[in-house]
Amino acid sequence: MSKRKVKNDHMPVGECITQVQKILRERLCHQQLPQKLVGVEAQHKHLLELLKRTAIHGESNSVLIVGPRGAGKTMLLKCVLRDLLEEKEVQKNLLQVYLNGLLQTDDRIALKEITRQLHLENVVGDRVFGSFAENLAFLLDALKKGDRSSSCPVLFILDEFDLFAHHKNQTLLYNLFDVSQSAQAPIAVVGLTCRLDVLELLEKRVKSRFSHRQIHLLSSLTFSQYLDQVQAQLSLAHDFPDTKFAEDWNAGIKTLCEDKSVEEVLQKHFNSSKDFRSKHMLLMLCLSRVSVANPAIKPADVLEASRLCLADAKANMLHGLSILELCLIIAMKHLNDIYEGEPFNLQMVHNEFKKFLQRKSNSMYNYDQPVVMKAFEHLQQLELIRPVDGSLAKTQREYQLMRLMLDHSQIMESLQKYPQCPTDVKQWAMSAFG
Amino acid sequence: TMTYFTRQRVRRVYKWRGEPLSFNRKLKTYEYSSLAISVEGLARATIITTGQHILIEGEDDDNPYVARVVRLFGDESGKQKKAVVQWFVRVSEVPPFKLKLLGRKPHPQEIFYYQGRSCDDEVDAESILRPVQVAEAPFPDSDDKDTLYVKLSWDSKTFKVMESEPSLASSPPASLASRAPPRHVLPTPDPAVMRRATSGEVRCNGATMSTGKAGAMEAESLHSATKLSASKCLSSKRRNASARTPGVRKKLELCSPEKMTRDDMLLQLLDKELEKEAMLVQRPPSSPLHTLDLVERLTPIRRAHRAPVAKDAVPVTPSTLVINKLSASEMDSPPSSARDDSTRSEFTSPAEVDDENSPVLPAAITPRGSKRKSAQLVSSRIRKQLNLLDTQDLSSDGDDEDEFLPSKKEQQSSSEEEEAGLDSEEEVVMKRGRHTAAGSHTPRSKRKTRSSMRTPRKTPSKKTTPSTPRTPRHATPSIPSRSLPARQPANVLEEARERLHVSSVPESLPCREQEFQDIYSFVESRIIDGTGGCMYISGVPGTGKTATVHEVMRCLQRAADEDEIPPFHFIEINGMKMTDPHQAYVQVLQKLTGQKATADHAAALLEKRFDNPAPRKETTVLLVDELDLLWTRKQNVMYNLFDWPTRRHARLVVLTIANTMDLPERIMINRVASRLGLTRMSFQPYSFKQLQQIIMSRLNKAKAFEEDALQLVSRKVAALSGDARRCLDICRRATEICEHSATGLVGMSHVMEALNEMFSSSYIMAIKCASVQEQLFLRAVIAEFRRLGLEEATFQQVFVQHQALCRVEGLKPISVSEGLAVCQRLGACRLLLLEPSHLGVMQRIRLNVSQDDVLYALKAD
Repeated sequence: MSKRKVKNDHMPVGECITQVQKILRERLCHQQLPQKLVGVEAQHKHLLELLKRTAIHGESNSVLIVGPRGAGKTMLLKCVLRDLLEEKEVQKNLLQVYLNGLLQTDDRIALKEITRQLHLENVVGDRVFGSFAENLAFLLDALKKGDRSSSCPVLFILDEFDLFAHHKNQTLLYNLFDVSQSAQAPIAVVGLTCRLDVLELLEKRVKSRFSHRQIHLLSSLTFSQYLDQVQAQLSLAHDFPDTKFAEDWNAGIKTLCEDKSVEEVLQKHFNSSKDFRSKHMLLMLCLSRVSVANPAIKPADVLEASRLCLADAKANMLHGLSILELCLIIAMKHLNDIYEGEPFNLQMVHNEFKKFLQRKSNSMYNYDQPVVMKAFEHLQQLELIRPVDGSLAKTQREYQLMRLMLDHSQIMESLQKYPQCPTDVKQWAMSAFG
Repeated sequence: TMTYFTRQRVRRVYKWRGEPLSFNRKLKTYEYSSLAISVEGLARATIITTGQHILIEGEDDDNPYVARVVRLFGDESGKQKKAVVQWFVRVSEVPPFKLKLLGRKPHPQEIFYYQGRSCDDEVDAESILRPVQVAEAPFPDSDDKDTLYVKLSWDSKTFKVMESEPSLASSPPASLASRAPPRHVLPTPDPAVMRRATSGEVRCNGATMSTGKAGAMEAESLHSATKLSASKCLSSKRRNASARTPGVRKKLELCSPEKMTRDDMLLQLLDKELEKEAMLVQRPPSSPLHTLDLVERLTPIRRAHRAPVAKDAVPVTPSTLVINKLSASEMDSPPSSARDDSTRSEFTSPAEVDDENSPVLPAAITPRGSKRKSAQLVSSRIRKQLNLLDTQDLSSDGDDEDEFLPSKKEQQSSSEEEEAGLDSEEEVVMKRGRHTAAGSHTPRSKRKTRSSMRTPRKTPSKKTTPSTPRTPRHATPSIPSRSLPARQPANVLEEARERLHVSSVPESLPCREQEFQDIYSFVESRIIDGTGGCMYISGVPGTGKTATVHEVMRCLQRAADEDEIPPFHFIEINGMKMTDPHQAYVQVLQKLTGQKATADHAAALLEKRFDNPAPRKETTVLLVDELDLLWTRKQNVMYNLFDWPTRRHARLVVLTIANTMDLPERIMINRVASRLGLTRMSFQPYSFKQLQQIIMSRLNKAKAFEEDALQLVSRKVAALSGDARRCLDICRRATEICEHSATGLVGMSHVMEALNEMFSSSYIMAIKCASVQEQLFLRAVIAEFRRLGLEEATFQQVFVQHQALCRVEGLKPISVSEGLAVCQRLGACRLLLLEPSHLGVMQRIRLNVSQDDVLYALKAD
């Protein structure tokens, strides 16, 4: 033990950094499930017992896991399955079918996928995939033939459950729930969704067959818990090869989390959203700044990562515009102010721009109509402006009504950072009326 | 040597071959021995003779019906050509679920000797397609498509081993006809009567002497049946039968509310009285003289059946029973004892002959013609036996003729008697009771022993399996079975949970007694009358509609199994379990016949099936669940489903289930609604008392719940929906919660928790758990709504409010992108309703929760 320790102490820093990044990336990208879930113990227990009863007693069940995006619904389910499959009795007695509403966009595809995942297609050859109707009859037959005590329980996991409710007649859901409420093969239907109103989507017959069990994942996380989580997620475990490095790293993380500016940044993120994913995104950005030259996460890294995370996408785009395009945007802003958000057309914008040139400008001169037109079209391609619904194609392009898709704050923000922005343009933008 | 016709619609010309064998004066029919079928354009003609196996045109062109010609006859004009046949059933005609009884995979070429009673054995000779080769099992390994194999007999309930016949195809082919299964029943239209006949037949096995009596009894009862309406007669019988099984009786009497008719009463009284009498008669073995005496008096019908035993050569004229009997037994015994003593030594007794013939009797229920028909049938059967013997052994031919030919004199006399007997019907009626009684007390042991003899002789499945490869068409996939057995409930709570699962089938359906009875009597009366009808059942989900219909069907099936009502076929389709309304046809057809077809083809086949009179037709009960899903623009599917029952030959009962009471008025066009008729029933949502009763009956005294807890659940559910499923689910969840808290009984607190979990709105909780910015955004939305006085605002407008609120709260203002992200998150969990996100800052926002709820949630925070 001590021998290995000594040896490990000599691990080069570069290798350690690679190791750290590998471990932490796995952790942050959900590839590795946490040992224990925090804050959702009750839900974990409920779901585990439910699925256990299906696997062991052959009791059919249906349940929905509801929670906002990034609340850890899939993680909860995965953890439960991991714990469940540790039991030998369960291991041999559970078939799993994964469906995702984004992939199985209609019941036909879903049925094929179920058949495939249950390995039923091998029983009969290809002909079973003849038609949708045959598939359905085939699968229902298969499930009907089973019974509680002798058939292997099947776990149906429906990710993005709400999308299945939009399938025609909700055939799949009706049948799954119907099987779960009748003496057929034991099945457990687990739906994952972020919609709180998911039950209202179900047709009354489907709804009646659903057991109405809902597991809500609403995190009542406090900021101190959030901070602890951040620290835990960045810390290295004891089994890290280079103990010395790990100790240093962990100490660094501890001081980092105690840093006032870092805390402020994290507070801002916490205020914005409590979901796992946005937090992991921030931490990933911090992590990727770690290198041999910079072997620990420093407060500056966190600030920079936060800046990247919170940067306004549209404002960033404005930086890449030409000065003419920027001027057109400013003209649109003034038109918006004057006409209280009424749509405008190219001619109006151009006139506004010309007014500015005549009255205030000393650095800019007029452009030809075709050039302005080109710039206008470019803005439309970038979706910074949008044609008003229904005014397409009928009118000439110059007179097509448009709306500006930017908020004034975005324009002002980008002007501050726009490289070598002429002062008169800036002043024009800031003046109250054109 | 046989000519096989192709399946194409060829025009066939049917001609009698040779002179008529005999002429029946009463019916004015000529008997023929063979029929020539020639196809236009082909020189050669196919000859059909009695005893030959033939294919008869049916609904399915690929699988025509198989039968053996028993008799051929035509009318004077020569226009009508008829044939009396013994049916065989193809594998595809046996209901798929019954095929399981076989215990092995059927050979594709396998057919079953049909012993059922529900089909007409008289067919139009012009429906004969061609002869076919029928051989006895074992099935060869080679797939000879032209030969069919028979091994078992099928009586619409069970398979039985057919008495082994040495080389059925080549050698004495008559064997089947004369002796095959001991109680080989010819198909007649009225099963109930047949039942009587068979039971009578069993009884007569006991004593040779009583055969005559039993037969006569049958005849009498049939006469009375012609007087009473058929259904009345049946119901009286049913009552008699149910008297033996008290449980069933109760139910049946509830369901058949009509009062006993006077005749019924009379019959019953008569039965009872004569029962005693019969006991007396029975005890000392009745002497042959006695029987003869009886027979003499009862001749009319008895003779009618006996008569045909007379030979082909002479005109069919009935002879006396005694002679017939003798001749029959003589005819039967020598070949059978010679051929297979080992299996059937007992059948050589004269009783056996009678045993076989007696089932023919019930044919008498249809007036004279069919009486005659069945009589002729018997004769032709025997004749055929002889004919076939001829083919086997020409030399013996002459001997047989001589030996079995009754004297003309005797025949003459019996025909006179017949006429006399027919006139004295009343006299016969007077005597019926005695025989009934006599019969009912004879032990049934014989039948039982015989059937038990059969059962062990199950065909080894090894032989047949290789020749029937599993094709996708008949593939029945299944979920793999579990490797470890399911654990049984270990404690009271677990047991209660199992009982409370919606899937567990309760012993009874409480609170739906009235509905049960209404449906039961509706379907039962339709089955007994052999008519069709529609019924519409409505009710909100979870009120036990489907469960009740299933329960009714279980009871009816039980009744059918006990021969209280004619057998019927129950099939079920569900609008939700099909992908397209037109799939209804496909599913009905498949469940009815096992055939697979496209929707259009299936519709055509079903149309044909329900429109045409077909032999061997049972009543079909069709349950159409979730009817509203079968709606199409032209409403063809619904129209057909409701139109078929009105067809004369359909014998179809359609039960439809849907949720809304006014569905017929709302979505059906007039011609569809009109056909659905007015037989409607609506299932009311359960009241709290009923729900309580349902849980109690499910729990079945397993003490798991406190009284108050049950009441709370049922009151709550009754107030919400009256959905029994909900009620059971809550109770089940409550047991789980109780298990955690480790108190003995499920109490109020557990139920409350379960109720909260399932019914409380999660919106408020979700708002409370939302992040600071999300909460702020919701407040901004409300502020903007108030400012605008509208319930809708664009993101841009709300965002201005949001920025202001941020400043008030001392938070750093967020960027637009971030604000949009917050807004999207709230939209994803549907606290807000949003326009598509590509609209960016222009998208309009609405609240999906009431403003009060939002404010309440935010204030409590």
